[in-house]
Amino acid sequence: MTDKKTQEDQVPEIKAGATLLDLVHVCRSFDGVPVIKDVNLQIRKNEFFTLVGPSGSGKTTILKMLAGMDQPTTGDIVLGGKSISALPPDKRPTCMVFQFLALFPHMTVGQNIEFPMRIKGIPRDKRVYRAQELMDMVALPEKYYDKNVMKCSGGERQRVAIARAFAYDPEILLFDEPLSAIDAKLRKTLQRELKELHRKSGKTFIYITHSLEEAMFMSDRVGVLRSGVLEQVGTPEEIYRHPNSSFVASFIGDTNIFPVKARPQGGYESPDFPGMEIKIAPTPELLEGKLIVRPESLKVVKDPSEADNVIRCKLRDSFSLGSRSQYLLTSGKKEITLELPHGACGDGTSEVLLGWNAQDAIFVKE
Amino acid sequence: MSDKNAEKIAKPSLIARIQDLIASKGGRCAMPVYILMLLGFIAPLAMVAGFSVAEPKSFTAFTSFSLANFAALFEGSVWKSFAWSIGLAAFTTAILVPICYPVAVGMVRVFGRMGSLAVSVLSVFPMFVSENVRLYGWILFFTKKGILDGTLALLNGQGPDVLYTPGMTAFGMVYTYLPYMLFPIVLGVALVPPDLITAARDLGASRFRTWREIELPLAMPGVLIGMLLTFVLSAGAVAESKIVGGESVMVVTNEVNVAFSYSQNWPMGAAFAVTLTFIIGALTIYAFRKIDLDKILGRA
Repeated sequence: MTDKKTQEDQVPEIKAGATLLDLVHVCRSFDGVPVIKDVNLQIRKNEFFTLVGPSGSGKTTILKMLAGMDQPTTGDIVLGGKSISALPPDKRPTCMVFQFLALFPHMTVGQNIEFPMRIKGIPRDKRVYRAQELMDMVALPEKYYDKNVMKCSGGERQRVAIARAFAYDPEILLFDEPLSAIDAKLRKTLQRELKELHRKSGKTFIYITHSLEEAMFMSDRVGVLRSGVLEQVGTPEEIYRHPNSSFVASFIGDTNIFPVKARPQGGYESPDFPGMEIKIAPTPELLEGKLIVRPESLKVVKDPSEADNVIRCKLRDSFSLGSRSQYLLTSGKKEITLELPHGACGDGTSEVLLGWNAQDAIFVKE
Repeated sequence: MSDKNAEKIAKPSLIARIQDLIASKGGRCAMPVYILMLLGFIAPLAMVAGFSVAEPKSFTAFTSFSLANFAALFEGSVWKSFAWSIGLAAFTTAILVPICYPVAVGMVRVFGRMGSLAVSVLSVFPMFVSENVRLYGWILFFTKKGILDGTLALLNGQGPDVLYTPGMTAFGMVYTYLPYMLFPIVLGVALVPPDLITAARDLGASRFRTWREIELPLAMPGVLIGMLLTFVLSAGAVAESKIVGGESVMVVTNEVNVAFSYSQNWPMGAAFAVTLTFIIGALTIYAFRKIDLDKILGRA
């Protein structure tokens, strides 16, 4: 009972959508080597927030600091107006679903789920009732209650781990790439279920993954992390449409990136396509940068007048994606990828003209 | 489901198993080992068992039958030797668990899972020197004008007079059997995934609850194996009571020794040996029923 009271003290009532968790200038270095560099981030109550980045970008370090398994070197983590940086994991209203789940092998499914409730001193009958409720929520059959957790399949273990985290009744659930070790088909199902679970439970989810596809699929907002720096935060749509760097753009889906710089006589040019003027709209303020052209912005044209920018390419290879094909073309030394219906790029014997309109490309600084 | 299926398949009889063994090429290749085990391991035990039920003071087994040797256990002071051996073994085991567990945890934390196993192998190095020599070393340490007494004398003190006591016997055993306890516990502790500890803490458990509910149960197989090894070995120990203990107490192994040599009463010695084997064997089987070896070796 006292546990519950202190937890309520820690988290005053916050309305959905208001800032719940605030990372203020969070830095973390290991032996003097900075790993997290001045991260500022507000996470809103009830949102599904995903931190995405390549391995080594520091996503797990941030998650560990949120869970209390690690402390920021400088900076503060504020939850509902109170600093939680110094609180140990068992005193925080956060709970983590581990990458390798960390289920207790000497306990049954039921005992695993009831563990946090047993620690809190909740009476047995209430515990069992709640465990059954949670098993129902994560679609685990009731008869699994007494099953040895090590005899469950990968997907079932996943559900047990999630149910156990919910049993702690945390304000925030943290997910450390729990779906990375699961085969593609099951992963899709679990992603859909997790999203559904998020909607039903009304909890705040913070998820980390290196898979952008996963992030886009489930999240309300995404933060892209690159070597300890938060590059961009926004909805999946914002990040896809308006990446603020070529790193973010290339991380989110296949893309074509050309370095560009202003020509003395006006307009822009790229070393990838010598002698050609590249039109960019609206005209950027910077003289040098990178141009991002999404595969779907590229089209095959018959005549150079059909698009603002047209390049001559040769078909190098094609990969069937089922309903469409991914094509790999080369223009000079530059490789270009695009997705089009089967056969749209010809048979590889003749040159292909590829074009894109000035407003469809994205200009970024770097 | 698989358990039920396993029950349906009847266990093959011993004779059928031997026939299978002879029928298979691998079985035939393994024959020399089986024969060696039979002659070198089973046969002596059978001889001892045979002598234990022979007429007292006779020198042939399997020709007579008598339970008088076992009756002798309850006459005189032999039962005391049994009690001392089992008692000292239990004491040694009980002392070594709280000594070795924290050491093992520290080693795993400092050297990592694999490193700590390598380091615990180092604790076996003293065994390169004969146990007797090492025990005499302790006598040099504790004896009057020895290392301890001499050093304390320089400070106007005096060393404790502890040599040749039952307590010293126990000390010797704790010293000798420490590696046998340490190694399995390190193995047990090293196999507890650190993630589980973190997860338990994250789920609200205090450090103590985490240790009690997660770390200890998962390291328990290692602890049990260590306890078993230590208990079995120290129950049969003799050098400690003879050397540092100065025969202040008679251990059962010594009684067996005396019966076979000085008393020339082989059946009596055999009966003591069989009884000791039975007691230790029963405890071993009981303990092993409680341990899942597959789990320890990570095949769960």
